[in-house]
Amino acid sequence: MALTGLQIYKLLPQTNCKECGYPTCLAFAMKLAAKQAELASCPYVSEEAQAQLAAAAAPPIRLVTVEGPGHKVEVGNETVMFRHEKTFYHQPGLFVRVKDTGSAEEIETAVKAAMGFSVDYVGMNLFLDGIAVEAASGDGSKFAEAVKAVRGATDRPLVLIASEPATMEAGLKASEGTRPLLCAATADNLDSMAALAKESGAPLVVRAGELGDLADLTEKATAAGVEDLVLDVGGRGVLETLTRLTELRRLALQKSYRPLGYPIITFPGEGAAGDVDEVTLAGQHIARYGGFVVLDHFTPASAYALLVLRANIYTDPQKPIQVQPGIYEINDPAKDSPLMVTTNFSITYFSVANEIDGSGTPGWLLVADAEGMSVLTAWAAGHFDAERIAKSVKSTGIEEKIDHRKLIIPGHVAVLLGELEEELPGWEILVGPREAVDLPGFLKLWSA
Amino acid sequence: MAVVETPVEKWTGKVREVTLGATSSDGGTRAHSVVVGGETTLPFLHFEGEMPNPPRLAVEIVDRRPGDWSSLLLDSWGDVVDDPAKWAKAAEERGADLIALQLSLTRDGDKPTTAEDARAATRAVLEAIGLPLIVFGPGQVDADNELLVAVAEETAGERVVLGLCEEKNYRTIVAAALANDHLVSSRTPMDVNLAKQLIILISDMGLPLDRILMDPTTAGLGYGIEYGYSVMERLRIAALQGDKMTQSPIIVTPGNEAWRQKEAKVGEGVPDAWGDWAERAVLWETLTATPLVQAGADVLVMRHPQAVNRVKAYVQSLMEN
Repeated sequence: MALTGLQIYKLLPQTNCKECGYPTCLAFAMKLAAKQAELASCPYVSEEAQAQLAAAAAPPIRLVTVEGPGHKVEVGNETVMFRHEKTFYHQPGLFVRVKDTGSAEEIETAVKAAMGFSVDYVGMNLFLDGIAVEAASGDGSKFAEAVKAVRGATDRPLVLIASEPATMEAGLKASEGTRPLLCAATADNLDSMAALAKESGAPLVVRAGELGDLADLTEKATAAGVEDLVLDVGGRGVLETLTRLTELRRLALQKSYRPLGYPIITFPGEGAAGDVDEVTLAGQHIARYGGFVVLDHFTPASAYALLVLRANIYTDPQKPIQVQPGIYEINDPAKDSPLMVTTNFSITYFSVANEIDGSGTPGWLLVADAEGMSVLTAWAAGHFDAERIAKSVKSTGIEEKIDHRKLIIPGHVAVLLGELEEELPGWEILVGPREAVDLPGFLKLWSA
Repeated sequence: MAVVETPVEKWTGKVREVTLGATSSDGGTRAHSVVVGGETTLPFLHFEGEMPNPPRLAVEIVDRRPGDWSSLLLDSWGDVVDDPAKWAKAAEERGADLIALQLSLTRDGDKPTTAEDARAATRAVLEAIGLPLIVFGPGQVDADNELLVAVAEETAGERVVLGLCEEKNYRTIVAAALANDHLVSSRTPMDVNLAKQLIILISDMGLPLDRILMDPTTAGLGYGIEYGYSVMERLRIAALQGDKMTQSPIIVTPGNEAWRQKEAKVGEGVPDAWGDWAERAVLWETLTATPLVQAGADVLVMRHPQAVNRVKAYVQSLMEN
C-alpha cells in the first residue's frame, strides 16, 4: 500500500538540505506521497530506504502481460474498488475458448470468426483479445496440433488450458514465439507447472477453491521463481464469483495482501445456468474485477455488447470522451444543405454523425462546446443553452458556408426555440427529432 | 493453509425500506404489496450485511399502442399492446413484480390524452392485476401535472408510485401523493448532489421519506451507462455511510433507455458487425440492466419479456445465499 507523507519522511535523511528543490524533507515527503516528486531528486537517500520505498510503491495488483505477434494484453495494476474513485486502468482480456477435440478445420473456422470480428464504437475499433485453447483430449500431440491450428488462424495471444504438465509442455512448445497464459496450476501439479512457467517466462494461473489455499499456491509459485501469476478461485457461479472477486480486490487494495495481489481469470460459460446466460455473467466479471474472461460462445451480437460494456466501465470518469467542437461536414455538403447542432459528448456526436452519414443526405453538423455532455444532461447543467448555441453558430464561420439561415436543434431542447430566435436574428430555428435514429426520416423532408 | 481474513466494511447506514402498493388491510386493492430497500451493505455482499429484499422488476406498459416502440418489442407482446389492461395481465403472468404504466401525450391520432382517459386506463389496469403500480406521466410538465393528479385521485390509497417527479414539477406531484397516500419517484439528471437536493425538497413538503424512490437517471449501454452507474455507486456508498438523504431505494429505467438506442430498436441499416438483431436487442436491454443491478438498483423498469426473464434469473441467483 502507498505510504503516507509521514511514513516516507521517516525514511529520508531529515537534513533539510534543500537539494531536492523543496524547503524541507517533510515537504519533499509530502510531494512524494502525492506522486508529484521523484525519489531520485534526493541525493542522500539510503539504499535501504530506496528498497522500502520501491516495495511500497509496487502495485497492489501485479500487472500481467500475455502477448501474441499481433496483439498484447495487459491486466492488473488496478488501484480502486469503484471506478469513480479514480478509474479502472486495464480492461479485462476477453478470450474465446476452443477445444482440441475439434478438427483443425473446425478450430480454424471458430478462431477466424471470433478473431475476425471487429466493430467501430465511437471512433474506437473494438475486438476480442485472443483464444483459449483447451486440452480436452488429454493428448499432448493433439493439443499441440490444436495450438498450431489456432496460431495459423490468428496472431493474437493464447491461453493454454491443460491439467497435465506434459500436455501443457506440448502446447507450450507449439506456442513458441508468443507469451501465452498457462492455465492452470493446482495443488496437485504446482511444481511441474511452475517449472514450465519459469522456463518459458509465461504467466501462470493458480487455482484453488479456498483463498487460503490459493495464497499458499502463489507463495509456492513465487518461491519457485514465477512472479507473473493469475488467480482462479475455482467457483464459477454468479454469487460465488461476485463474492470471491470482491474479496480478492479488497485484500489486494485494502490489506496490501501480496499473496493474492494478482489479476483474476473467470469462466462465465461454466457458471451459466438456467436463464442466467454466459453473457450476463461475463458482464458481471467485466464490471466486478475480472482480469481475463474466457468465453465459451462467440456471436457478433454478444461480442459487441460485451466490448461496449467493457469500454464504458473502463472509461476514465475524470475525462468524458469528447470530440472537438466545430463544424463537421458529412456527405460533402453544399450551400443549401441542412445545418444541425448537437453537443461535443462523443457518444452524442457519433450517434448523430452516423445517422446523417447513413441517410446519404449531405449535411453540416455544428458541434457546440457543451463540456462533453449529452444533449439533455448539458441542457440541464446550463452548458447547452441558446447563448452557447448562438455563439458556436457565430464563431465557427458557418454563416459563410451556407446560403440559408435554418438551424435544426435536437427535439429534446425544443424549449430553446424562442430564446434562440432572439439570439440569432434572421435565423429560422427548426425542431428536429429527439433521437438521432429518427434523423434520416426527418432529413428526407428537408428543403432549404 | 494461510489464514486469509477478508476485509469487511462496517457500514453505519441502511437503505430505507419502501412499500409499494396497498392491500385491502392497508386501504388498497392490491393482492400483495412489494417492499424494496433495506440493504445494510453493497449489492449482494451477503457476507458483510443484510439484503432483505431482492431488486424488483417492473414491466413497462403504455396506455395505448405505443407509436414509437420497436416492432421487436411489439411482436414480443403481441395483440395485448392494444389494451393496457390485457397487457398488464400478460406482464403479470410473465413474472413482473410491478407494473409501470406509461401515459401517452396523445391518443387516437393527435388528440391530447385527457385526465378522463388517464383515469380510465389506470383504473382498467388496476382492476386487471394484483401487482402494485407505477404510473409515469408523458414527460411534459403541463401534461404530467394534469394527468398524474387525476390518476392520483383515481387510485387514492393504493400506494402507487407517481413519476416522474422532477425539480420543475415536484410540488404538484408531491401534493398529489400526499393527498392520496401515494409514493413519488424523484428523478434528477445524473448527479449525486441534485439527487439529494430533490429528496430534501420533497421531504420538506411533508412527504415521509419512506414514500420516495430515487431515480438518478439511466443511460443505455454504449450511451453513457457509466455515468449513471457511478452516480448510483456513489449514492449507495453515501447511504451506507449514513447520509439520510441518499438512503432511498433506487429506481432505474433500462428498458426505455436500451430500446431508445439503435442497437435494440432497429434491424436494418446497421453494421453487419452488430450481429443478429433479436439477440442483440434483448442483450442490449439485459446488459443495460445487470450492471445497474450491481450498482444498487432496487427497482428496474424493463420492456422485453426475455430480458425480464434473464435479469430476474440473474437477481435470483445473486440472492441465493
